Amino acid sequence: MEATIPLLKVDSVGIRFGGLKAVSDVNVELFPGELVGLIGPNGAGKTTFFNLLTGVYVPTEGTIALNGENLKKQPPYKITRKGISRTFQNIRLFSELSVIDNVKVAYHSLAKHRIASSIFRLPGHFSGEKEMDEKAIEFLKIFNLDQYKDEKAKNLPYGQQRRLEIARALAANPKLLLLDEPAAGMNPHETKELMNLIAFIRKEFNLTVLLIEHDMSLVMGVCERIYVLDHGQLIAHGKPEEIRNDPKVIEAYLGEEVS
Amino acid sequence: MTTLKNSKGFWLSIVLALIFFSVMQFTISNGMLNPFYINTLMFIGINIMLATSLHLIIGITGQFSIGHAGFLAVGAYASAVMTMKLELPFIIALLAGGILAAVAGMVIGIPSLRLKGDYLAIATLGFGEIVRIVLLNIDYVGGASGMQVSHLTTWPWVFACVMITIIVIRNFTNSTHGRACISVREDETAADAMGINTTYYKVAAFVIGAFFAGVAGSLYAHNFYIIQPSNFGFLKSFDILIFVVLGGLGSLSGSVLAAILLTIVTTFLQDYPETRMIIYSLVLILMMIFRPQGLMGTREITTLFTGKKTKGGPKDGSHNTVA
Repeated sequence: MEATIPLLKVDSVGIRFGGLKAVSDVNVELFPGELVGLIGPNGAGKTTFFNLLTGVYVPTEGTIALNGENLKKQPPYKITRKGISRTFQNIRLFSELSVIDNVKVAYHSLAKHRIASSIFRLPGHFSGEKEMDEKAIEFLKIFNLDQYKDEKAKNLPYGQQRRLEIARALAANPKLLLLDEPAAGMNPHETKELMNLIAFIRKEFNLTVLLIEHDMSLVMGVCERIYVLDHGQLIAHGKPEEIRNDPKVIEAYLGEEVS
Repeated sequence: MTTLKNSKGFWLSIVLALIFFSVMQFTISNGMLNPFYINTLMFIGINIMLATSLHLIIGITGQFSIGHAGFLAVGAYASAVMTMKLELPFIIALLAGGILAAVAGMVIGIPSLRLKGDYLAIATLGFGEIVRIVLLNIDYVGGASGMQVSHLTTWPWVFACVMITIIVIRNFTNSTHGRACISVREDETAADAMGINTTYYKVAAFVIGAFFAGVAGSLYAHNFYIIQPSNFGFLKSFDILIFVVLGGLGSLSGSVLAAILLTIVTTFLQDYPETRMIIYSLVLILMMIFRPQGLMGTREITTLFTGKKTKGGPKDGSHNTVA
């Protein structure tokens, strides 16, 4: 990786809920095209960190900048439009909507036709909807989901729902994709497929990916760099093999050695 | 492909509705329909408007609002003032009623739509009561004794307003904006994360819903010779809510159907004042036992006719009615 400007620069960010410091003093830099892992034991603050990045929580200290632009106090939908998109730990699809409509919701911010044009069925409505429709079908084909396009999202099998969630996040056209435990609840075979998918979309869409994962072997296998969070603080960061041998990380995961 | 299929059902329903309108218009103008039935017909129309406008707020956007009678009252009184005090034509009164209710919807919606679930319900309930109490204390509109309104609502007016309401709400729902509203209903956090301005769409649905409730209020006011604040209590809000829930949350044709059915039931139960509420409640209880998802579930009438097509698609897609 050349010394380019970071896509995402997180500078000593922290948040406290009342007296509880959920995350504090976290510094993260992501460079364009990287696939970076974020690991840590349960309750380490990984998802909270994602929520800070996406604007669900407003950090009480520090700054987050995307391409040099400060994201402070931006509402979540604006952050998504600026290029950070995410999936959720527990799948959060629009379950009563069809598969294709789930993707179309993500296209919404690109729609040019306004409410009035839809209500009065002006030409703008038809061309806009048609464009969305075609784009969404093309998009679903990439993920092999086009045969399910009229199925309600809740009727898809679990693995396909995960796939759809990633597809939907990508449809929002992000520069940075945040994946919150995408392999949770998957069997080894599905996990492998998922990893291939992530590698594929990363190339195809020119993405930077930040991945939260519990499965150590998986993270070690695919990520170029890894950050380790524990008790809301970064305790290590580096290449997978460095992380594997880091005494602090081993301590966080396995507990202190009895002397 | 899907749009073509939908529009076929759409034009069919328009034609059927126009035929129904002509038949009714013919019988009314020839005096073949007695005034009681004409009045029931108007009442059905008004209730359809109320039900579908609330359907947009609760069924589509998922914002549990129970102050709809407040918007009805704003529309009713605004239009009554227009025709009775300012002596403006009825069409202007109709629009003024709608616009004023929409403004009220925006003023109420922007602060209260930050609330969720029960809290939003309480806030909107409070709004409805505030409107009623305020009207009760304004002497200009007659206070508790109410306001005399001349009878201007005719069947063509009601029919036109109902059609416009249904078409506008349908068009809004079947567009990217409607999908944005549904995504808010399904999962607000996820909608936010997909770049949907959730506040904007919640307020938009609220404003559109309030507008049509206001227009319905105008028709209501000019149908009954007199309006009183007590006509717009929270029980009225619940009546409208019942249409929406009974029709099936999320189904436009369901709320239309429920409005028609329940209006007929209540109208004919008026002959039995002692047992009226008992029978009405029984109907509701039985409905909830045997069809908890509402009359239509989340389906639409148009998909019932074209439904066979979709069943042929992905396998096992047909039995999703078992909730």
